Amino acid sequence: MTDTILDRRDLRFQLFEVLDTDTLLSRPRFQEHSRETIEAALDTAEKLAQDKFANHNALCDKEEPRFVDGKVVMRDEVKEAFEAYIEAGFLAARASFDEGGMQLPEVAAAACTGMFTCVNPGTTAYPFLIAAAGNVIRNFASETLKQQFLAPMMEGRFTGTMALTEPHAGSSLADIRTRAVPQDDGSYRIKGNKIFISGGENELGDNIVHLVLAKIPGGPEGVKGISLFVVPKYRLDEQGEPAERNDVILAGLIHKLGYRGTTSTALTFGDNDDCHGYLVGEAHQGLRYMFQMMNEARVGVGYGAALLGYRGYRLSLDYARDRTQGRSAETADFSAPMIPIIEHADVRRLLLTQKAYAEAALAMSFYGYRLVDEIQTGDETQANDAALLLDLLTPVLKTWPSEFGVKANDMAIQVFGGAGYTREYPVEQVWRDNRLNPIHEGTTGIHGLDLLGRKVWQAESRGLVLLAQRIMADVSATTDSRCQPFACALQDMLPKVQSVTEAVGKQLASEGATAALSNANAYLQLVGHVVAAWMWLRQANAAVALTSAEDEDFANGKLQAARYFFQWELPRVETDITRLQEGDRSSLDMQNRWF
Amino acid sequence: MKVLVPIKRVVDYNVKVRVKADNTGVDLANVKMAMNPFCEIAVEEAVRLKEKGVVTEIVAVSIGPKTAQEQLRTAMALGADRSILVETDEDVQPLGIAKALKAIVDEEKPELVILGKQAIDGDNNQTGQMLAALTGMPQGTFASEVNVADGKVKVTREIDGGLQTVELTLPAVVTTDLRLNEPRYASLPNIMKAKKKPLDTKTAADLGVDLTPRVTTVSVEAPAERQAGIIVGSVDELVEKLKNEAKVI
Ligand SMILES: Cc1cc2nc3c(=O)[nH]c(=O)nc-3n(C[C@H](O)[C@H](O)[C@H](O)COP(=O)(O)OP(=O)(O)OC[C@H]3O[C@@H](n4cnc5c(N)ncnc54)[C@H](O)[C@@H]3O)c2cc1C
Ligand SMILES: Cc1cc2nc3c(=O)[nH]c(=O)nc-3n(C[C@H](O)[C@H](O)[C@H](O)COP(=O)(O)OP(=O)(O)OC[C@H]3O[C@@H](n4cnc5c(N)ncnc54)[C@H](O)[C@@H]3O)c2cc1C
Repeated sequence: MTDTILDRRDLRFQLFEVLDTDTLLSRPRFQEHSRETIEAALDTAEKLAQDKFANHNALCDKEEPRFVDGKVVMRDEVKEAFEAYIEAGFLAARASFDEGGMQLPEVAAAACTGMFTCVNPGTTAYPFLIAAAGNVIRNFASETLKQQFLAPMMEGRFTGTMALTEPHAGSSLADIRTRAVPQDDGSYRIKGNKIFISGGENELGDNIVHLVLAKIPGGPEGVKGISLFVVPKYRLDEQGEPAERNDVILAGLIHKLGYRGTTSTALTFGDNDDCHGYLVGEAHQGLRYMFQMMNEARVGVGYGAALLGYRGYRLSLDYARDRTQGRSAETADFSAPMIPIIEHADVRRLLLTQKAYAEAALAMSFYGYRLVDEIQTGDETQANDAALLLDLLTPVLKTWPSEFGVKANDMAIQVFGGAGYTREYPVEQVWRDNRLNPIHEGTTGIHGLDLLGRKVWQAESRGLVLLAQRIMADVSATTDSRCQPFACALQDMLPKVQSVTEAVGKQLASEGATAALSNANAYLQLVGHVVAAWMWLRQANAAVALTSAEDEDFANGKLQAARYFFQWELPRVETDITRLQEGDRSSLDMQNRWF
Repeated sequence: MKVLVPIKRVVDYNVKVRVKADNTGVDLANVKMAMNPFCEIAVEEAVRLKEKGVVTEIVAVSIGPKTAQEQLRTAMALGADRSILVETDEDVQPLGIAKALKAIVDEEKPELVILGKQAIDGDNNQTGQMLAALTGMPQGTFASEVNVADGKVKVTREIDGGLQTVELTLPAVVTTDLRLNEPRYASLPNIMKAKKKPLDTKTAADLGVDLTPRVTTVSVEAPAERQAGIIVGSVDELVEKLKNEAKVI
């Protein structure tokens, strides 16, 4: 049997055996919950994902949304799935009981929503965008705005977007040009162009709530002058119902490599100088508001990448068990039947690498969500530590699953052979969909700079110290002889990371940021692999603790993947370590005209 | 009016099962289990009858392992009011299940028993019929429409080549077919509510029934791989092949 959606045994392992979610459930906020309620929520999620999301993933990829007579046309299944998702309560899974939610911890809610992303990231993006935009409004907007917009968003009547990017300013948000001019009635008039806005046009709800970054004239330069606005597609009447059309126009749909089910839009705000926007919180705090929520959103991007990495792995595993080709090297008899390709060691290499990447990426994502839970429900020390660690790890949690999820998908295609390269089989779409993840919510390059240029130095590098302590705690807790080599290898890495960090610190002082950060990507890769190795040690330790006979194969699989990671993957960072220590200048010194 | 809905815990229908190497059965280690899809339809029908005001109480019952509690909780999240688990580690078979259900029927005295026409693990299609025989209740099997009025239930049945409508005097047994309804999903708030609903556990001994299997499985094998098809040149050739090679017409 091969479950191609998130394997339930593995989820139980990640939640309850690797992460101690039972302890989390004993906190007052989660008192009503138990493993049973979480498993039941997962049952509904899995079923709904199978029935109403998996069915149109490929169809929406073939038949992209189109713009016809002023409306976006997409397949009916999208709306059906969207409505079922909201009706079943997933949009409000994290919300309090008194808000009509299920008050689930982040880790558990993520496990549920993961089912949907796994089988249909394009459709799942719509409720995710509502949740993300809703989160910003809930935390920072006035009561009035919350009442007007958040409430209908949580019912799925209004959809949401995050409108940051402009044609000339993607990574460079400091340079956005969209303007917001204050009016006597307290509202603002918005004018500017945004691009790549996911879900920017759709017919799923009665209104679209754009969260727009714009600058108020006369404000500070750069990112300090960015404010955040609610800009609805339809302005609301006295009863709070969508009424007059606001001056937001769809300039065009963007045609993409993957994620085709989600509309990508170019939007024009205020072409007729009549685009009303409402300030969220205080002026000039927009980027701070957005980024406060971004840590979670970025864990979400990494998690999405992990899920697609996992999906490709499971699909190719299933294929490898059925597809027959060749015989063992020792078989000379050609009348003997061909064997399933999983019997070939090289195919198992492809599968094991995918497993090693995808399950580390999943573990890392759940670890990130657990940190969010600690921030929200832990005592003061737990919350502060979690905030520190999440802030440090966000670049890793976003980029490592993105980079290695795509690599895993590449191998899934390879397992399928020629079939993998065709559109008759699902893995090429998974790869195309996943290819977005190293790009949006900050490219891998930008996160490398963020980690090495800012994050590791913040709070006198206490984040890095805390990370080392957490890793050491798991190293020290390793008792089984099968896991001890992993613990030793991981422990050996810590002083290396420290000395590399110190070396780059010196380079920053002596050679300046441009030179010292020129290999930031290698540093991100190094820390990413160390964190992934740590996740494998944690999984290996949890696996050896499993005693039931039914779990024997499962536990051996975990141990073998850990072994693979420590034997083949972790040693790859040695090159990064050496080059970073030396302050290698290959990329730095390469001249534009030499290309 | 009280409805009894028996449900079974089975391997999830999305799971691709593989036959064990020793041919004793299919590999169920760490496999996802779920409520039998036909049972979901039965629960849904009962809930709809309750929503229409025809039914006042829905009692879900399962005969199976302790873990079948999960499926009973699901039934309660879908709308059942309470449930009964007859706990056993036997590999339960239709006759044993029907006997246990008869004992429950004697205690609960429901006016209607709605159950799936078959479970997707054994594909037996026997329990409902056996229960009707044991209790002496009339049966309407393969239901695609159910209407309750004036102490009677009208059941539209899916039969070869069409539909048949039978009218049964209550209490009666109805087994569900696929087209009866489209079951709802257990929503997250309802999952929380289901936690508080009562779940009683009994044993076969409490009911005075013997659940020991009566049928022995000799061997389980995967279906033969499908052979490649051929393209025929004409309708005549097709007819000829159907007649003389396939011998189906
Ligand atoms: C499918 C899709 C959905 C999206 N959804 C949204 C959305 O909903 N809302 C929204 O606001 N945006 C969205 N985006 C936009 C996305 O956030 C941007 O594409 C991303 O921030 C990168 O910006 P860019 O495309 O302008 O690339 P650029 O910024 O032009 O980057 C190009 C390359 O240059 C590198 N680079 C740029 N600046 C630097 C630097 N200072 N130092 C080193 N390297 C640098 C980058 O790493 C990258 O490799 C989406 C994009 C896509 C493709
Ligand atoms: C776009 C495209 C164009 C093509 N054009 C042509 C053409 O013009 N003419 C033509 O004849 N063919 C053509 N092919 C077919 C191509 O050569 C085959 O796809 C290729 O040989 C792989 O075979 P397969 O697809 O059956 O994969 P499989 O052989 O099933 O391989 C699946 C996986 O199993 C592995 N594997 C298989 N056997 C073993 C073994 N014994 N030991 C270890 N690993 C093994 C493979 O490495 C692969 O990872 C084309 C394919 C594509 C996709």
